[in-house]
Amino acid sequence: MQATREVAAEQIVAASFASIRQSEPQIRAFTHLAEETAMEAARQIDRKRERGDPLGPLAGIPVAVKDVLCTRDMPTTCGSRMLRDFRPPYDSTVVHKLRAADAILVGKTNMDEFAMGASTETSHFGITRNPWDHERTPGGSSGGAAAVVAAGNVPLSIGSDTGGSIRQPAAFCGITGLKPTYGRCSRYGLIAFASSLDQVGPMAWSVADAALLMQVIGGFDPRDSTSLEISSDDYAAAATDGDIRGLRIGVIREAVDHEGLDPDIRSAVLAALATFRDAGARIVDVHLPHSEYGVPAYYVVAPCEASSNLSRYDGAHYGFRAEPNAELAAASGPLLATYCRTRGEGFGAEVKRRILLGTYALSTGYFDAYYLKALKVRRLIRADYDAAFQSVDLLVGPATPSPAFRLGEKVDDPLQMYLCDLFTVGANLAGIPAISVPAGINPSGLPVGVQLQGPPLGESTLLRAAAALQARTDFHLQRPQR
Amino acid sequence: MIAHSTDPMPYQTVIGLEVHVQLKTRSKLFCRCENRFGAAPNTQTCPVCLGLPGALPVINQQALELAIRAGLALNCEIPPLTKWDRKQYFYPDLPKGYQISQFDLPICASGHLEIVDPEDASATRRIGITRAHLEEDAGKSIHDEAAGRTDSRIDLNRCGTPLLEIVSEPDLRSAAEARVYLSELKLLLTHLGVSDCEMQEGSLRVDANVNLWIDVSGEQVATPIVEIKNMNSFRSVERAILYEADRQFLAWQENGKTIRTEPKTTRGWDDARESTFPQREKEESADYRYFPDPDLLPVRIPRAQVEAARENLGELPAATRTRLEHEYKIKPYDADVIVNQGPAMIRYFETVAGLAGDGRRAGNWVQQDVLRMLKDRGETIESFPVSAAALGDLLARVVAGSLDNTRARDVFTAMLEKGQDVASAIAALGIATVDAGAVDSLCRELLEANPQVVEDFRGGKQQAIGSLIGQAKQKNPNANPQAVREALLRIVATM
Repeated sequence: MQATREVAAEQIVAASFASIRQSEPQIRAFTHLAEETAMEAARQIDRKRERGDPLGPLAGIPVAVKDVLCTRDMPTTCGSRMLRDFRPPYDSTVVHKLRAADAILVGKTNMDEFAMGASTETSHFGITRNPWDHERTPGGSSGGAAAVVAAGNVPLSIGSDTGGSIRQPAAFCGITGLKPTYGRCSRYGLIAFASSLDQVGPMAWSVADAALLMQVIGGFDPRDSTSLEISSDDYAAAATDGDIRGLRIGVIREAVDHEGLDPDIRSAVLAALATFRDAGARIVDVHLPHSEYGVPAYYVVAPCEASSNLSRYDGAHYGFRAEPNAELAAASGPLLATYCRTRGEGFGAEVKRRILLGTYALSTGYFDAYYLKALKVRRLIRADYDAAFQSVDLLVGPATPSPAFRLGEKVDDPLQMYLCDLFTVGANLAGIPAISVPAGINPSGLPVGVQLQGPPLGESTLLRAAAALQARTDFHLQRPQR
Repeated sequence: MIAHSTDPMPYQTVIGLEVHVQLKTRSKLFCRCENRFGAAPNTQTCPVCLGLPGALPVINQQALELAIRAGLALNCEIPPLTKWDRKQYFYPDLPKGYQISQFDLPICASGHLEIVDPEDASATRRIGITRAHLEEDAGKSIHDEAAGRTDSRIDLNRCGTPLLEIVSEPDLRSAAEARVYLSELKLLLTHLGVSDCEMQEGSLRVDANVNLWIDVSGEQVATPIVEIKNMNSFRSVERAILYEADRQFLAWQENGKTIRTEPKTTRGWDDARESTFPQREKEESADYRYFPDPDLLPVRIPRAQVEAARENLGELPAATRTRLEHEYKIKPYDADVIVNQGPAMIRYFETVAGLAGDGRRAGNWVQQDVLRMLKDRGETIESFPVSAAALGDLLARVVAGSLDNTRARDVFTAMLEKGQDVASAIAALGIATVDAGAVDSLCRELLEANPQVVEDFRGGKQQAIGSLIGQAKQKNPNANPQAVREALLRIVATM
């Protein structure tokens, strides 16, 4: 990305669109492309540079944004029929920061509907393919954002992560994906799935690039009450430093020894640990005794919040509306009939499943048994992490149980799909930062990732360790063969 | 309309009120939109109050401060921690599909309000306040059902307006008491600057929970609770309660249903027909599925903030009444009337009383003359042409004896109608101080002209002198009746 200092932004962005034109017919990672406005924005950057005006840290760099973040000049669909034609009247804070940093927004990327899924197969706009193997998923829900980086369309993209939606697709697509500490990036303008778990984060070719992007999008935002009023670290410096001598790294035994873990991924994680040891880190075993309850707790808390957050899509104010059919209108009145048909037809099956789960769990008589119980589990999980970080600086384990699976393989089996989140939901439930970085290529030629998790606001430690790994390995430099 | 008997009731009416007041904040509860009534529909909105995807609420500190202020004035406990919950139901004027409210940790808990007993002005009744919590208002649905149309329009300007819902204990025992409670609450909240409490603009809305305790051969039977909605004035609250009490008693006589067998129901009040009618419940209202709003952090309220707010409360209306009674020696009724007019009237009265040096006289004047004039002229005390200083000056002259009450009224009228100050009004009316010599010669003249009066007085009829005072006033309107009386008595004794 240093090249931007010499090469015109216009050329870089043109190259980006040339790459998109080549891969997009097969990969189909974008829900919207903004070539015209992107080219114009690039030319403006070049004019600014010629005039000697100060330039932002991402001047002229093409960035793709997951279609879950509001953009005032592009549709924002959340991968849903419900918002198929929705154009927000405002920019999300993260998008605003990207523009202020002179980044070029090339378009919006495909995702599981309302970020609910782990394969980008629940999108209303069709599936996205993994650039490494077109028969396989890029992961999800930020599948589009991961695929466009892996395909070489853009060096940077923005994803969101509620239970692993940045880290799992990053692992499946051989790139770096960081889920920051809850509250580090503003959620203002991020269309909510589960508000207490959602975080925006950077996805990139390399740790250094992810750190640069993180520097731009992180920080306090008075528009988000859950945003942390603490200034950001120098992430770029941490990512170039890469000195981890004396760093205490904990191996999560429950994850590495998990019977459902793919053996190739286990080997890659162990190899990464060996690399960390060689770089001067001290490796110790750590236990997270409640980690097995992470997925069940997550699949109560997230649907509860989602059922509430998605109530606003009622056809009355914006987005999709289905006219009520006469029979239902006669039976229940025109209002209820409009709600039923709008929500029945505007949402896909997975979204409806989660709304039903959440509505059920919040209902009188079930609230204590499900929602409150899940919150208690959540506290225990956070306590496990707190205890672990008493003795180690970061935790290492797999990002996913398996490499990218085949399209269609799990889409009809929600439980199998939910288990994709096995190793990632803990960080969301605890609100801690976690990063997935490439750690190997399996015998089938698919990338696999290793996940590092840190204490709250430990992004710099994660980036430093991940940079140390990338300084000693070349997995992040490998590209799909197409 | 069911006629209600004036005989002692065979039952007791039990009433609890839920009062929603819009807080007088500059901006809305969770966004920066202006909090103002009467703008063109859908012009005071933003992504946050429209509930657009991705928008997030941020609490308005001023709303918290006003709620704490109201809570302290209502003798509530302000807990160290309060939080936000989502109350979920579908309705087109609720764009998020949930209302941000407070469920189990309201900002104000367990207080009370003292009200004057409507049966006895010198007694008070303590009405418990269960809780008061903050919540956002919904928009307004305007149903155009004219000419067979089924259009509905929605104005979202009101969305996100801060509301304080004040819930009383079922401590009220009559419609009259409910009305006094509402008046006192309104007075308190307007006095504190918490709310305008304009029922016409919807900045104060009342729901009444009503049932009866019926005495059945020594045992108490309670009728099912009915919540009455849609009341648009204190008067309609009063009438709705009276109507509902009669209706419930008749219903109980007819069907014998009690609180044990029947759930709470909702009825609306029809002002024109003066009756309550069963109301259809809101869609999905059966289960609001409250849960903590994950977009908002719980609010910690430091003790120091609460104590500072308590110190800044100033004198509350109830205390002002007592103080005015003692400090100015005015009757409880006069104190009540003055205090109920609000802070500007209290200031006016105190200034007048201070300058006049006679609180009781000032109380009479303010409570009678000034209030009558305000009512006749449709004016408020702030714009009243006779300033407190001017009225005080006038009454001081009455107290000093240079004017009598009747002449003072003439001066007051002149000041009011011609905008004159006291001195020029007195001059214009030709009022001059009559010196003692002139009074003496006037009295001597009158006594000599009325030997019968002198005769009667000597015979022991003191009051016979009175007729001469009237004649003296006719001969010289400026003569002070008191001075005339004294002179007559003095002179007749020497005759």
